[in-house]
Amino acid sequence: MIDLRINDQIHSVDVTPDTPLLWVLRDILGMVGTKFGCGIAECGACTVHLDGKAVRACVLPIGAVSGRSVTTIEGVGADPVGKAVQEAWIERDVVQCGYCQPGQIMAATALLKETPHPTDMQIDEALSGNICRCGTYGRIRDAVHAAAERQS
Amino acid sequence: MNAFAGKPNAARRAVLIGGGALVFSAALPLRRGRARDLGGVPETGVLVENPANAFSPNAFVRVTPSAAGEAGEIVMVMPNVEMGQGIYTQSVVLIAEELDVDPVNILLEAAPPSDVYMTAALGTEATGGSTSTMSQWDPLRQAGAAAREMLKQAAATRWGCSVDLLKTENGKVLNTKTGQSLFYGEVASEAALLTPPKDVPLRPSSEWKLIGHARHRLDSRIKVEGRCEFGIDVIKPGMKVGTVSACPVMGGRVKSMDRAAALAVPGVCDVLKIDNAVCVVADNYYAAHKGLKALFVQWDEGENAHVDTALIYQQLHDGLNDPKPLVAEKHGDAPKALAGAAKTYEAIYQQPLLAHSPMEPINCALHIRKDGADVWVSTQVPLRARDAVAEIAGLPKESVTLSSQYIGGGFGRRLEHEYVAQAAMFAKQVPYPLKIVWSREEDIQLDRYRPAYVDRVRAGLDEKGDMTSIVFDLVGPAVCARWAPAGMTKEGFDPDLAVAIAPPETPYYYKNFQENYIRRETPGVVTAWWRGVGGTRGLFVIESFMDELALLKNVDPLEWRRRLISHEHPRARGVLDLVAEKSGWGKPLPPGHGRGVCLQFVFGSYMATVATVNLEDPLNIKVVSVDSAVDCGEIVNPDQVIAQIEGGVIFGLGTALFDEITLKNGRVQESNFSTWRIIRMNEAPPVRVHLVQSHEKPGGIGECGTAAIAPAIANAIAAATGRRLRTLPLMKALHSSEGEN
Ligand code: FES
Ligand code: FES
Repeated sequence: MIDLRINDQIHSVDVTPDTPLLWVLRDILGMVGTKFGCGIAECGACTVHLDGKAVRACVLPIGAVSGRSVTTIEGVGADPVGKAVQEAWIERDVVQCGYCQPGQIMAATALLKETPHPTDMQIDEALSGNICRCGTYGRIRDAVHAAAERQS
Repeated sequence: MNAFAGKPNAARRAVLIGGGALVFSAALPLRRGRARDLGGVPETGVLVENPANAFSPNAFVRVTPSAAGEAGEIVMVMPNVEMGQGIYTQSVVLIAEELDVDPVNILLEAAPPSDVYMTAALGTEATGGSTSTMSQWDPLRQAGAAAREMLKQAAATRWGCSVDLLKTENGKVLNTKTGQSLFYGEVASEAALLTPPKDVPLRPSSEWKLIGHARHRLDSRIKVEGRCEFGIDVIKPGMKVGTVSACPVMGGRVKSMDRAAALAVPGVCDVLKIDNAVCVVADNYYAAHKGLKALFVQWDEGENAHVDTALIYQQLHDGLNDPKPLVAEKHGDAPKALAGAAKTYEAIYQQPLLAHSPMEPINCALHIRKDGADVWVSTQVPLRARDAVAEIAGLPKESVTLSSQYIGGGFGRRLEHEYVAQAAMFAKQVPYPLKIVWSREEDIQLDRYRPAYVDRVRAGLDEKGDMTSIVFDLVGPAVCARWAPAGMTKEGFDPDLAVAIAPPETPYYYKNFQENYIRRETPGVVTAWWRGVGGTRGLFVIESFMDELALLKNVDPLEWRRRLISHEHPRARGVLDLVAEKSGWGKPLPPGHGRGVCLQFVFGSYMATVATVNLEDPLNIKVVSVDSAVDCGEIVNPDQVIAQIEGGVIFGLGTALFDEITLKNGRVQESNFSTWRIIRMNEAPPVRVHLVQSHEKPGGIGECGTAAIAPAIANAIAAATGRRLRTLPLMKALHSSEGEN
């Protein structure tokens, strides 16, 4: 049994320790907001926070997560920065298919927590690991700036 | 008059790709009384089940009866699937405009598989070809209007007054004389007893409150909070997860595998086999994935094991020498004019195989039992998918339910349903509900690809360099022959290949024109539709060629196009002038920079695009900005038109720069986003969209941007460097000399 702290709740799961966090979330805990896109840390669809930092859940063995705090898209709205990001996304109508957006929002929230007023370059740096096949990058950038505004 | 109107090919193409309407009748599809798990209170965007006992005047509107003073639920049935294009929001707006309800108070139901929701233009229940707005425009407003009139009539009877005294507002019927009001739900039961009126006059545009105004998408909140249920997210009691591997060489079969090794992986519970694929089933995807590796499948590769990319291109180029091409369409006598021309000009263009790679990898969840089956899947073709499951499971169609899920990207990939058929072949071997999820590698390597094409264009020019004739030789497969055989011409032409280059879907007037087709099916892969379909293919050819002619004659490329626009297409001139103004066309640029233009009339919409590129580094194409001027007729939601152009441009831009599917020994070489490159935020230029106000019939918009961008960039590169790249992808062409033939 491995104990996990996810969105401030404790879960115990019985899987091999090499199982990536992504599949524990999706297939064992039924928390399907975190998405599978590539499985090799190339697309960012699976981005979650581990102790506040953006990480790729598809390559994060659950054994390495034990005792640390995980935040997912289902819980990030409880954080004022996460909430501001979600609201900015709605206001700017960022989403198209929406499949990449949980990952984008997690990455953007982690950025804003560290850098409350990022430049375009800093946004590029933080978010270029997150692919959006629908091509919503321009609106994502606008929404990150808008979320930063909301915070100040 | 359009010289081509009524010509069989043009008409057929119009039916296949362009106009057409949703066929809708009063007959309601049969539903089984299942409740979709809502995970709490129903809210806009979350899909609900068809409510029982509702007032259902047509296939699109449901009003549940309510107690006195209560509102009741209003459910709208979405005839097209939502894959990012914003169609759910748009469908609601079209109905709500006539029904007088606030879109944010509406619940949504995805249409079940049924002929009732057929898109006539596509010949089945399908979402694709940018047909949704065009096909929904009248039927959905009529559905709202008919329901409204019935609710008013029911209220008039209740109050014993004339219906002329009544009006509707925000989900209520109001009596203008007495001030009384009733929620729609309060009169729903009485309204249900009335006969739906036919041909209720639709409101004129001057009275619209919703259409034409920017509005937020209804599916945003569930998507940003991670509560949107895509196909891959479906979980049902007792469900297991499987992942598959099909023979990487088309036509091959399973030779051997180590079943015991797979079953020894913790969590793995089953190994399933069909002729050309295997599936490992487990408690979770990762265990299944590990099991699949341990299975160590070996293949009998079959006859396609020799296919590689060079062979595919060689067959296409050889096609140009075919002595007997099919004359698909013509006007005047182009070959004669060409032979007698003062000068001729010729160019050959080559385009690669392309994968779709939507962000949601291919998946399908289903439960096949003796007495029926349930399917939960992201699909652009629900009816075909349902019928395939019924056939494979040996079940009557009516016993198979299919829930259309939110789609994490379609782009034409989910117009195919072979993955549903494959899933059914596995699922019928097990008693439990099974969700099959493909790895990204499987998704890219077992895709059905946008075909590779080779096109030759020849123009006859007079002494002044003006074009007197144009002849196209198109070499490539006919996707239509497999996907919609009825759409082929009787001579054997796939009309999609003429899109963007031939009348009526070009803004240009050709004095003498001929289009020859040499059909060459691609060995080793199945070819399919891809975002922008014929428009993406054709525009790269014609808009590159137009640019070449302009430069040959030393005329400004934008001015050259302006001169060639047919007088039947004044709107083409409008978008061209607008984009010239907005992009600063003609204004000086820094060294190494260039601008390129693309003009188009496809999917019923006019668009002109200017891309600005920077090639200060001669081995790297940096796209600086993109401007598009769009006239797509009447607009339901301006902001979503802008979003579709922005997204479509970025989608097409990355592909035009980087992407090509290649084969070696029959196997696709690209496998995941490390080798199949998707454009990223730091590479994506700003896309500025400029809308033209118009009251013309609405055109499609989801694919226009994708179709425009490759030629706009190629033309900009020519302007910046003098190099003409005629082969896609452009980065590869830039680095080789091949691109310039
Ligand atoms: S699924 Fe983890 S980065 Fe793509
Ligand atoms: S919104 Fe579709 S992949 Fe980003």
